[in-house]
Amino acid sequence: MRRLVQLGQGEKSAIPLLLFLLIGFAAPLLAVIWFSFMPARTFSLFAAPSLANYATIFESTSYISFLWSLGLAAVTVILLALICYPVAYGIVRVFGKWAMLLTLLFTIPLFVSENIRLYGWILFLIKNGVLLGSLKSIFGLELESILFTRTAILLGMVYVYLPFMLFPMTLGISMVPSETRDAAFDLGASRWQVFREIELPLSMPGIVIGFLLTFVLAVGAIAEAKVMGGQRIIPITHDIEIAFTYAQNWPLGAALAVLLMLVVGVLVLLALRRFDLDRFLGRR
Amino acid sequence: METKGQRVRHAFITAWALAVIVFLYLPTVCITIASFTASRYFQFPVAKFGLDWWEKTFNSIEIRQLLSTSISIALCVTVIAVTLAFFGALAFARYDWKGRSIYQKLILLPIFFPQSVLGLALLLWFNMLGLQLSWMTAVFAHLVWIVPVVTLVIAIQVYSFDPALEEAAFDLGATRWQVLREVTLPVLFPGLFSGALFAFLLSWGNFPLSLYTTGADTTVPEYLYAKMVAGYTPGVPVLGTVSTIGAAFLLIGGYGLILAMRRARQSATE
Repeated sequence: MRRLVQLGQGEKSAIPLLLFLLIGFAAPLLAVIWFSFMPARTFSLFAAPSLANYATIFESTSYISFLWSLGLAAVTVILLALICYPVAYGIVRVFGKWAMLLTLLFTIPLFVSENIRLYGWILFLIKNGVLLGSLKSIFGLELESILFTRTAILLGMVYVYLPFMLFPMTLGISMVPSETRDAAFDLGASRWQVFREIELPLSMPGIVIGFLLTFVLAVGAIAEAKVMGGQRIIPITHDIEIAFTYAQNWPLGAALAVLLMLVVGVLVLLALRRFDLDRFLGRR
Repeated sequence: METKGQRVRHAFITAWALAVIVFLYLPTVCITIASFTASRYFQFPVAKFGLDWWEKTFNSIEIRQLLSTSISIALCVTVIAVTLAFFGALAFARYDWKGRSIYQKLILLPIFFPQSVLGLALLLWFNMLGLQLSWMTAVFAHLVWIVPVVTLVIAIQVYSFDPALEEAAFDLGATRWQVLREVTLPVLFPGLFSGALFAFLLSWGNFPLSLYTTGADTTVPEYLYAKMVAGYTPGVPVLGTVSTIGAAFLLIGGYGLILAMRRARQSATE
């Protein structure tokens, strides 16, 4: 009876991390879900569960915040795809020995707090800032600042999440074997055909991961709207934060969070369902 | 053989990439300029440059406290994250076992999750457990997001690890501990090192998780955010510049070290 359960090396190595994620990730999410069924404006955990908070949300105007968050995230993803594809392609196929340096340059901002970098944009865009100040002193032009508009929010989001699109995309494009491309060219395919029928489909895993990652992060964005947008738009994360802080209505905030988690969760599970991570990360 | 169309295309791609780099570094340049102004409020073109604010910022006890909180959190996160992620990455990429493919996806879930919501969920959870919020709860919160990232970083290295090396060591009579210390760890070192670098820097720069989980303690990103929303001081660009330069130094130094080690190993085997 000494060895009741025989565990292999794989299971044994996985256990610490799984246990950690159980208490650090699964349990907090369950706590949020449970809390969302508690009566509004209470902090007790043992009241009779009800759907009252969800009813409140569906009667309120929260859907506007939801739509703003999802819409902004979608636009961010599309813009990032267009911006990043040529760069990712260049890193894999064009830049050669410079690719390493460029990758490093794209990595560094990732590790600087997004607040600091957004702050730099404020200094650039603000009245009498770097852009408008220069225009004024050199050309005598006085223009309105785009700071605190929706455009500024979008700029901030595209800026902050750029590396999260770029790196998965680079990985995806490097999965396309050069031989396949060359073969297609030799068989007389045009540049456009090679792109559409070989490069795009074969680099899809990376592109999908990039889309997913940037979308999820952008839906969760909170600082961009506050710092760059001057609260011109209230994203759903802001509603959730208000419920948890000023309003002291944790159950309502929890219910909003559950709805957001549902949207994100469904997307992620659908996209990851048939994804072969071994092939994606372990190739070569 | 290069055609004309290809040359034009490559020129476009190069110009585009350079433009994106400029876009990426523009705010950093603005912050650096702002940190060297002598006046209380930022105006461009700058009337007078000076180091006054650098001096004031570094003599402030409050700022030193912030830096020490942020560094303590980042160091604890690094040590714990690399340890957990090392075993996590072995299960991810080294061993074949039944639940592996589900496990690989489970690990990704915290990464594909809005961080601000995760921060609030952890706040609620800590509250349920009756924990006092402090920089230590922030360490835990950072780990939930950072350990999966570091696991992936190390897993990429583990994929290229040849299990035959371990088996050969066992055949030659090495103990489990000896194999770990003399074979597995040295071979995986570049991955572990990158993982540690990632862990430190991601924790150092994190804002959404810290915001809800540090309690009375304050990290550098939290302080900057508070000052940005209300009560600007030129200390903000100074701290921002320090933070950026620090990150760049660590990364470039780190990768330089890895490259140097790889070169040394290559010349040793030749």
